[in-house]
Amino acid sequence: MPGLNGRRVAVVAGVRTPFSKAGTSLKDVRAVDLARYATRELLERTNLDGEEVDEVVFGQVVPSALVPNIGREVSLLPQFPREIPAYSLNRACASANQAISSAHDQIALGNADVVIAGGAEALSDIPILASRRLADILVEANKAKSLGARIRTFAKIRPRDLVPVAPAIAEPSTGESMGQSAEKMAKENHISRELQDRWALRSHTLAAQGTADGRLTAEIVPWLPTRPGTPAIQQDNGIRTDTSIEQMAKLKPVFDRRYGSVTAANSSPLTDGASAVLLMSSEAAQALGYEPLTYIRSYAVAAVDPGWQLLQAPVWAVPKALERAGIQWKDLGLIELHEAFASQVLSNLQGFASKGWEINEDIINVMGGSIAIGHPFGATGGRLVTTLSNEMRRRDVQFGLISVCAQGGMGFAMVLERR
Amino acid sequence: MAITTAPTITAPAVSWDVDDGIATVTLDLKGHPVNVISRAVKDEFLACFAALAEDARVRAIAFLSGKADNFIAGADIEEFVRLGSAAEAERLAADGQEMLERVARFPKPIAVGIHGACLGGGFEFALACHYRVASDHPKTQIGLPEIQLGILPAAGGCQRLPRLVGVRAALDMILAGKSERAAKAFRLGMVDELVPPSILAEITTAAARRMAGGWRPKRKRSGGFMGFLLDGNPLGRRLVFRAARKQVLERTGGNYPAPLAALDSVEYGLKRGMTEGLKREAQQFGQLAVTDVSRKLVQIFFATNELKKDPGIPNAPPPVRVKRLGIIGSGFMGSGIAGTAVAQAGVDVRMKDSDVTRVAQGILAARAILDDRLKRRRITKYEYARLVALLSGGDAYAGFGRAELTIEAVFEEISVKQQVLREAEAVLAPSAVFASNTSTIPITRIAEAARAPERVIGMHFFSPVAKMPLLEVIPGTRTAPQTVSTAVAFGRRMGKTVIVAQDSPGFWVNRILAPYANEVGHLLAEGASINEIDTMAVRFGFPVGPVTLLDEVGLDVALKVAGVMQEAYGDRLHPAPGSGIAALVKAGRLGRKSGRGFYIYKGGKKRGVDESVYPLLGAHPNGGPRPAEIMQRLVLGIVNEAARALGENVVRSPRDGDIGAIFGFGFPPFRGGPLRYADDLGAERVVTDLERLAERYGARFAPTDVLQEHARSGTKFYS
Repeated sequence: MPGLNGRRVAVVAGVRTPFSKAGTSLKDVRAVDLARYATRELLERTNLDGEEVDEVVFGQVVPSALVPNIGREVSLLPQFPREIPAYSLNRACASANQAISSAHDQIALGNADVVIAGGAEALSDIPILASRRLADILVEANKAKSLGARIRTFAKIRPRDLVPVAPAIAEPSTGESMGQSAEKMAKENHISRELQDRWALRSHTLAAQGTADGRLTAEIVPWLPTRPGTPAIQQDNGIRTDTSIEQMAKLKPVFDRRYGSVTAANSSPLTDGASAVLLMSSEAAQALGYEPLTYIRSYAVAAVDPGWQLLQAPVWAVPKALERAGIQWKDLGLIELHEAFASQVLSNLQGFASKGWEINEDIINVMGGSIAIGHPFGATGGRLVTTLSNEMRRRDVQFGLISVCAQGGMGFAMVLERR
Repeated sequence: MAITTAPTITAPAVSWDVDDGIATVTLDLKGHPVNVISRAVKDEFLACFAALAEDARVRAIAFLSGKADNFIAGADIEEFVRLGSAAEAERLAADGQEMLERVARFPKPIAVGIHGACLGGGFEFALACHYRVASDHPKTQIGLPEIQLGILPAAGGCQRLPRLVGVRAALDMILAGKSERAAKAFRLGMVDELVPPSILAEITTAAARRMAGGWRPKRKRSGGFMGFLLDGNPLGRRLVFRAARKQVLERTGGNYPAPLAALDSVEYGLKRGMTEGLKREAQQFGQLAVTDVSRKLVQIFFATNELKKDPGIPNAPPPVRVKRLGIIGSGFMGSGIAGTAVAQAGVDVRMKDSDVTRVAQGILAARAILDDRLKRRRITKYEYARLVALLSGGDAYAGFGRAELTIEAVFEEISVKQQVLREAEAVLAPSAVFASNTSTIPITRIAEAARAPERVIGMHFFSPVAKMPLLEVIPGTRTAPQTVSTAVAFGRRMGKTVIVAQDSPGFWVNRILAPYANEVGHLLAEGASINEIDTMAVRFGFPVGPVTLLDEVGLDVALKVAGVMQEAYGDRLHPAPGSGIAALVKAGRLGRKSGRGFYIYKGGKKRGVDESVYPLLGAHPNGGPRPAEIMQRLVLGIVNEAARALGENVVRSPRDGDIGAIFGFGFPPFRGGPLRYADDLGAERVVTDLERLAERYGARFAPTDVLQEHARSGTKFYS
């Protein structure tokens, strides 16, 4: 999708931290540290001088109250000059995709030549909120003019006010949790438990293969421990090599214990991780001596009523992106489809098939997907662009597609091209 | 300022103008990078204060420096060096005291605004003033470093500081010759207020104006109950003095008279009053100023200052500015270099080792240097976070392409070093410098593997890198001049004193250290005890004895170095036959790092001689040579080899050689270095002593030609 002035945007390189299930090996690390680490290592791997970077954009879905603008903290890495503007954004699970798209726009418009876009999430480090009443009392106490007034204000605190509030992964507009939506989609689209489990097993099997043959680990920068005695982390830790359909079948459904089919095994886990992607105008890539992996051909975002099938919007986003790219579904040589839940993946595929598109599983998620690899909300988009670009180069595929479902009933799609 | 009233009197250094009752005095020594107090400046001061005393418009004074980042660096050291006698020195001190007495008793209150270095005489001046405001800038350093030059603060510093901040804090400052950041100085009570540099002048003037209106600062003695107990009464002070005296003697081995003299001045003044204290201070100064120790320390001060500006080679091209440093090998040395480079030079450091776990350990070890600075409050937690982000690494050469300088610190084996050099050259920019941190392998031989030998150089750091102040830079035969100036300049940014040494085995430091280390074996074989050997070296003034030094360096490393030296220099630098460092290494005793060497180490502390070493060595401590002879053998071995190496141009000058010995392995500073020491003894006597030793103990003591030549012609190394 060349910009108005004919500028093409190249994906030069991408890296990510290992993805670790929340509460495991990265549990003590803040999202900002993950984002800075990934970015820094991206500079190292590409030998890029920080001076060349024009802007930094980062996605994060559950930001820390202490680091509200994670992007700026990334652009304040000492490897950059301090004058690189940066912002952070939230398009739910497509946040890093949005960061990359926004970077694309700035480059295509000629406002920038080199942009680093990515995302991060530390679901081990989510903000725990104080109750509204406690918050009100603390604010009031802060304004109190005398010690006495302050003590009188504090005296209003009741034990129940001290119970912390953890944010839920639920739709503010419907109250429906992500899992409940996945459950609903499984039922409405008649997706059996067995099919879901099979998709999940496929995800693990392919991800394990990609890890073993090094294709998947090639995009990972090892996380070096920050305390003595802890090992370096070089792989994703959610990928299982020891599971089977039989074992998966034993698990109880989580969201509908009687008639449900969505289980911990056929859903993506809560995950910590970060990704960073280096984007350049093709002119800049050439001038700086980089050989792009892929170019961004088009992207599109769509949304549906969150009260309907919350994760089905890709079925609207993908056709838009294909149309903008001026290509057909059958032109695609590789597809990276975000796996929030196996029921959602199979619902999306069903939706694509209903358009008369042939579903060729051999080109979909060839190294597994988010169910196995993990899904740090803000970071997944960067992984998808990186994984797809690297694999398109390996297989020399001309067109590749990324499809992501997101909270709020949104869907995101992007077409990459090799040449 | 609204109204500046004429006439403004301008003098070369001191100028002032009067506005609304407040005279703002500015000191700006034209043509000097920093303000120093010389006789001329003193005269101007006196004239200025005389005029201000007369001037009826002036009710108070605000005193500021006209330099951008310096208040007053101290007294004029050139003037001090020219002093010929104790009496003359005492007079100089008394003059300074008299001037500051006038300042202290000046009828109109004086406030000073301090930004930048405020040291020695500069701080003593500030102490005499009536109110001190300091900027909270990192460049603002306040202290009394006189002890480091073998003298004491003699312009009332030993009297006014303890009266202001209490005995304990004052002794702490004076005896160590420390300077403190503004925040610490404020906490201790050395200054009354701490403000941002942007409002320093304004606040200083405001303080002067308040004092003009009769206000006086109330200073409460800090330190609470303990402060009262120890500082606030004569009995407690006696305890403090006794403890301090003991500590000084422990630290100096009685070799440095200045701290004891300062202690005495402080104590005397507190007992007998200010006037008597000042007299004592001036007397002590007079005596110290002409001591040999002070002379030596001043020479070292000048030599280090010269080295700070010395590019290392004649007609040196400008160095390449290093923004990014590559380090290959993340072991003890590699991580030490990495951490020091980040902490001191603030460069981006990329480390590489064979696997990520090793790299991670190296990064953690490098970070420990930053942790230490954070703990000592040398850096804030924000600076710390920024510095930590400069340390990274991996198991590949990613990121090395942008490193202007790469230092390898891999295993000490030529094939490994050459292999690393080849790998690095494949990824480094064509203009990048490759430095080898080797202690024994000739740089020229390492460079044989290079595509661009002109960009290969040796940078020999000493362990532990963060603490040892010396760096030897070793150009190979084909090394380009700019490679040398780049390595020298970067070493300096790392805070090191840099000497350039010739690419011959052992370079400078290990070469002249070899006879010293070897002599340990000979002495042990002859029945000397480990304790005795170390004690004699310490008595000479070394911080630790040679046996302890071997343990610190690591016996495996020492053995390797000894082998190289023997191969290169044959019998002269041959370890004692059958002397068993090799036996100790074989028994797994590697020195401190393995918990056992000649000594036993537990919990990081030396616990005494391991008696079971003697049978391993086949030695029996049964008296051995006379103690005086032990000392002589240890020291003259160094002197002889230093003379020989200087004759071979291993270093460029006796200055570099002596600095290398002092900063490299702790040759006693008050003796000025081995070459200066030879000069002091006289070449003739050194030669005679060496000949006697050679006769008794073998040809290794045969005096070298250079010494014999000096002895014949009555010349010296330092002419």
